[in-house]
Formats: sequence, C-alpha cells, structure tokens
Amino acid sequence: MKIVVCIKQVPDTNEVKLDPKTNRLIRDGVPSIINHDDKAGIEAALQLKERVGGTVTVVCMGPPQADVALREALAMGCDDAYLLSAREFGGSDTCATAIIISSALKKIGYDIVFTGRQAIDGDTAQVGPQIAENLGIPQVSYTEELIDVTDETITVKRQYEDRYHIIEAPLPCLLTAIQELAEPRYMHAGGIIDAYAKDITVWGFEDLKDVINPDHIGLMGSPTKVVTSFGKMPKGAGTKLEVTPEEAVEAIIAKMEERHII
Amino acid sequence: MSKDIYVVAEQRDGNIAKVTMELLGEATKLAGELGEKVYAVLMGDQIKDKAQDLIEHGADGVVVVEDPMLAEYVTEPYAKALTAVIKNYDPNIVLFGATSIGRDLAPRVAARVHTGLTADCTRLDVDMNEYFDFLHATSNADTDAIANRLGMDDKNLKMTRPAFGGNVMATIRCADHRPQMATVRPGVMKKLDAVAGKEGTVEEFKVEFTAADMNVKIKEVVRETKKAVDITEAKVLVSGGRGIGSPEFFDELQKVADLLGGEISSSRANVDAGWIARDRQVGQTGKTVRPDLYMACGISGAIQHIAGMESSECVIAINKNDTAAIFEVADLGIVGDVKVIIPKLQEALAKYMEENA
Ligand SMILES: Cc1cc2nc3c(=O)[nH]c(=O)nc-3n(C[C@H](O)[C@H](O)[C@H](O)COP(=O)(O)OP(=O)(O)OC[C@H]3O[C@@H](n4cnc5c(N)ncnc54)[C@H](O)[C@@H]3O)c2cc1C
Ligand SMILES: Cc1cc2nc3c(=O)[nH]c(=O)nc-3n(C[C@H](O)[C@H](O)[C@H](O)COP(=O)(O)OP(=O)(O)OC[C@H]3O[C@@H](n4cnc5c(N)ncnc54)[C@H](O)[C@@H]3O)c2cc1C
Repeated sequence: MKIVVCIKQVPDTNEVKLDPKTNRLIRDGVPSIINHDDKAGIEAALQLKERVGGTVTVVCMGPPQADVALREALAMGCDDAYLLSAREFGGSDTCATAIIISSALKKIGYDIVFTGRQAIDGDTAQVGPQIAENLGIPQVSYTEELIDVTDETITVKRQYEDRYHIIEAPLPCLLTAIQELAEPRYMHAGGIIDAYAKDITVWGFEDLKDVINPDHIGLMGSPTKVVTSFGKMPKGAGTKLEVTPEEAVEAIIAKMEERHII
Repeated sequence: MSKDIYVVAEQRDGNIAKVTMELLGEATKLAGELGEKVYAVLMGDQIKDKAQDLIEHGADGVVVVEDPMLAEYVTEPYAKALTAVIKNYDPNIVLFGATSIGRDLAPRVAARVHTGLTADCTRLDVDMNEYFDFLHATSNADTDAIANRLGMDDKNLKMTRPAFGGNVMATIRCADHRPQMATVRPGVMKKLDAVAGKEGTVEEFKVEFTAADMNVKIKEVVRETKKAVDITEAKVLVSGGRGIGSPEFFDELQKVADLLGGEISSSRANVDAGWIARDRQVGQTGKTVRPDLYMACGISGAIQHIAGMESSECVIAINKNDTAAIFEVADLGIVGDVKVIIPKLQEALAKYMEENA
C-alpha cells in the first residue's frame, strides 16, 4: 500500500509575535516544527504500514529549510520524502497550495493520502479537502480513529460536534487527521542517522509544470489576497478595583444593575 | 452578473444550527449595503418545512434541495448539490458556519468552482467606512495605505479572521473570483429576532443524484448524548479558571449562575484537569461565547481563552494578580480572592433578589 502524508513546517505559534510597528510577524528565533495534526498523520501512516505493508512517503511544500521537517519524518520511520520548493509557489493561498501539492501527488502516486486537519499557523483547515477535490477522490475529515483496512477500503471514525460516523471509504481516498488519531512516536537515534543518509527529492516548478497551470499558483494565481494583517488589540480595559471584598461585591452588583443583568 | 448572498443552512436531524440564523442576521446587514438579497440553501431529506424559519430569521428566499441522499451529512452528495446551486444561481457571496460540516464542505466546493475561501471569519465588511471604523478601534493598521490600494468604494467582501492561534488577525479579499466564500465562526455574528409570518420565496431545486455520488458508506451514526446545556446560548456565564482551586468550587459558581439564570463555564486548565466537562470550555479550542455577562473567576486571560469570550457584552474579572491579562478585556476588574468574594456575592445577590422580587 502506498501511503502519502502531507506535512507542513510551521512556527511554534505560541511564540509568534507581531511587530507592533510594522505589523509583520517576528519569526526570528521562533522554532519551526512539524504541524501537530500532520505528526499524528505520520504516526497513523506508520502504524498502517506496520499492519498491511507498503511504504510511507512524506511531502512538504515550503522553503529549502523545510527539509528539516522531512528529515524528522524520515527519522520517525518514513521511507521517502519530497520537498516542493520554488519561487513560483511562494505566496500561495490554500487553493493554490492544494493545486501544487495535488499535482505532485499525481506524479508520486498514492493509495491513501493523509493531511492534518488544520495547520496551526494559517489555521484554515482547507488544504486537505481541496487536495482531495483536485485528485477527484473521497475525503474523510476529522479522522479520529482508524478502524479497519482492506486492499480496497478503509474504515474510520469521523468526528462531529455532536456525533461520530463510522465511515467506510474506498481507496484511494484522503483522510485529514486530528491529534487524537495517533500519539506520534519519537525519532530513534538510528533513525536520525538513517534520515540523513536518505535523499530528499526536491521538485521545483520545472518538475511539475507539465501538470500545473502557472496562472493558478503563487501570489498572483491565488484567488484570496491578504488586505492587511494586524495584532489583536485588547478590547480596552474598564475599571480595575483593589478594594475590600464587601466593596468589591457592591461594585459587581452595581455593574450588573447598570447592564440590566439584574 | 454574480449577485446576492447565499447562506448554506446547516441541519442535523432536521434541526437548523444556531450559526445558520447568525449568518442570516449578518447577511441581511451586508445585503442591505450591497442592495442585494439574502437566500438560504437548505439541503436535506424532507426538510422543506424548515424554510419558513429561515425566512423569519432574515432570508428573502430559500432554495431547497431534497433527496434521501442528503439525510445525513456526507461530503460528496452535499458538494454536488451545492455546486449545482452555485452554478445555477451565480451568487456574489456564499457563507457557511465554520463547523465540522462547513469546514469540510466549503473547501471541497471552493476547489470545485475554483474560487477563494476565507476560513473561520469573525468579521465581515462590505462598506469601507465601517471596515475602517473597525480597524481604527481594534488595530494600528495603516488605513490610508489600504484606502489607496482598494479605493473607498470597494464593494468586495472584507473577511477578517484570526490566524496563528489568535495572535494575528488578517483581512482577506477575493476580488477576481466569484462567489466570494467564507466560513464564519459560530457565536460571533448576531441573529435577528424572528419575524413571525414574514414572507419569502421557497424554490425547490432538483439535483440528479446517482448511486455513485454516495462514494463513501456510513456504517454507523452515533449521536453522543451530550448534556442539554449549551454555553453559547447562556445569557450569563460564570466561568472558573485554575484560580478557583478545586473542582468543588464550581458548585459555588453554579449557585451564583443559578441566581442570575446563567450557566457555568471554564478555562481549558480545569477541563484538562477533569474538573468539568469539555463542552463547558471557552476559548480557541472550546466554544466562542458572547453572553450579556461573562464573569471570569481565577482565569489568567491567556490569548486562547480571550479568543473565545472577548465579544461578551460585559466582562467582570476577579483575579488576585493585579497584572493578570484578563483585566485588559474586563469592563470591571476586581483584584481579590475568588474564594472570599464569590460566597459574599452569593449572599448579596440572594438578598438583592429577595428585596427586588
Ligand atoms: C494570516 C493569514 C491568513 C490566511 N488566511 C487564508 C484564508 O482565509 N484562505 C486561504 O485560502 N488562504 C489563507 N492564507 C494562506 C494560507 O495560510 C496558505 O495557503 C498556507 O500555505 C496553507 O494554509 P493553512 O496553513 O491554513 O493550512 P491548512 O489548510 O490548515 O492545512 C491542512 C493540512 O494541509 C497540509 N498542508 C498545508 N500546507 C502544506 C504545505 N505547505 N506542505 C505540505 N502540506 C501542507 C497539511 O497536512 C496540513 O495539516 C492565510 C495566510 C496568512 C498568513
Ligand atoms: C493550542 C492551544 C489552545 C488552547 N485553547 C484554549 C482554550 O480554548 N481555552 C482556554 O481557556 N485555554 C486554552 N489554552 C490554554 C491557555 O493557554 C491557558 O493555559 C489556560 O487558559 C489557562 O487557564 P487558567 O486561566 O484557568 O489558568 P492559569 O493561567 O493558571 O491562571 C490561573 C489564574 O488564577 C489566579 N488565581 C489563583 N488563585 C486565585 C484566587 N484564590 N483568587 C483569584 N484569582 C486567583 C491567578 O492569578 C491566575 O491568573 C490553549 C492553549 C494552547 C497552546
């Protein structure tokens, strides 16, 4: 079985700050990691391979430095890795990103594709379903558990707010992983050495141009455009009181009256 | 030419989701600014009788697609139906709730019709002046530069959304493709009061399904028996953070909530600690709430928490640390010990209720 996992290298968003003057993200010194959901996807893929055999391929679109994320995936036990990196890809929105990744997947081949449900930086949760649409294969998002797999089908638990579905999807199909899907294993020392011995295939625009419409990728080819980005300003503090508990209670009741709560 | 705003109605077991009504409220406002109309797209099996409810909440009309295949949500039949509706009616704007259904369906359809999609929006603008008022109030964005680029008569949808875990807000436009599509976070927009007996058009739209459209098999549907409470519906939330010290203290908060006709809610810290059910969690990975009153008791005000409660009409915070971030979003901040203040508040409120009964 050929299993492909799409992984995104993301900044650890807990540490991302916005420069208050320029409104640009300060990324210096912020560690880059494999997106959490994608790591769950890698783990699920590796477990699937252990069950039914096959290979696990990881694919990442990003700058040359994203190579680190792919090495980490190899060290976890993935078999081969592709980095999609080109100036032409820069500035892509989710629509364009999905076009680029799905073009690469058409060349790489797949029986099951995993993406994360959502990347912690862009936070859209759109790329997985968009890839599935471009490939013309069924998707199951919010995959919480792999239940069964045969040569022709995979059965999974799909989460909703108020229910879950047990869904059997024919292969090939795309699953978007949530963190609950699998607890990622650690890289082992041997794996790390092996990971650096392996080659990462780097594909640029030239390698994909026979399957990509150049008008549909990059900043220019993206239907959505960012008008502006800005840090969130606090809603504006009201009064802050350091008073006795009795006075505090009085102030609270007065506020509730003023706002017609009581 | 593309026109009108289409709200994709979300239903489960025939019940319309609250976010759908919120979207109809927002769409009504935007449609007024555009001089366009609001339509709801209602997909399901034998669902037509729900159309009137959508009309009473703001829709000028409802496009109904009925088929047994649409009884339970499955991506492909819904994507096929909605794509057909979009191709036929050529909307200017299509809005979805940013739910586990909306966020599955919207990107699939956006890719199929090749248009842009903005995720999980918390604000929508058409009018540039209103958009700038918002930017001035909440950011230091350079509005002159934006005015130069877009022009003040820009009528494209300005879709504003949080990214990077709530650390960054971005406004997105989709100027060259139609429809403009967005998913909108539940709990953020305001629904209109229903106008009983309001009139609107109900149009049945036929989609030819084949067996192949059901391209996955649902083997089981398991409804999870959630407690009846929905904190997003509560007018008053008394919310406890790690600072309440023990799970038992939620009982004290509950008494205050009962006096105010409200519910208790929580920060993630206490949910992770197992002190309270996850469906009471407020925040980025919990629920977005906008009650008339949000009382934050012993909550520090982490950005992920604030993301879920900052649109509350009124925030009262009690925290013993006078530099706690929660004070920055509080209308009234009390520096003090919740364990002392809450019991006293209970007493005082009980007395107040008795006197004013
Ligand atoms: C502030 C801001 C707001 C934005 N808002 C929008 C918006 O509303 N709509 C829009 O279309 N674009 C938007 N973008 C652009 C968007 O972030 C990028 O297109 C990004 O490359 C993909 O989106 P995401 O990070 O949301 O990924 P998601 O769709 O959340 O990612 C889901 C999964 O897809 C896979 N995946 C995603 N990217 C890659 C990759 N580069 N390589 C390999 N696998 C990948 C991963 O498995 C990931 O877990 C925004 C960008 C910024 C900076
Ligand atoms: C990806 C991600 C998503 C997250 N999503 C959410 C989310 O959805 N919702 C959420 O809430 N959090 C979320 N978090 C966690 C968030 O970052 C904080 O850790 C969490 O909100 C802290 O909860 P807290 O305020 O209850 O606890 P703490 O931060 O520990 O604060 C306790 C507060 O109580 C005060 N205190 C202590 N004793 C007393 C007393 N006796 N009287 C008065 N005050 C007292 C302290 O001064 C302190 O301010 C998320 C984090 C991540 C990384």
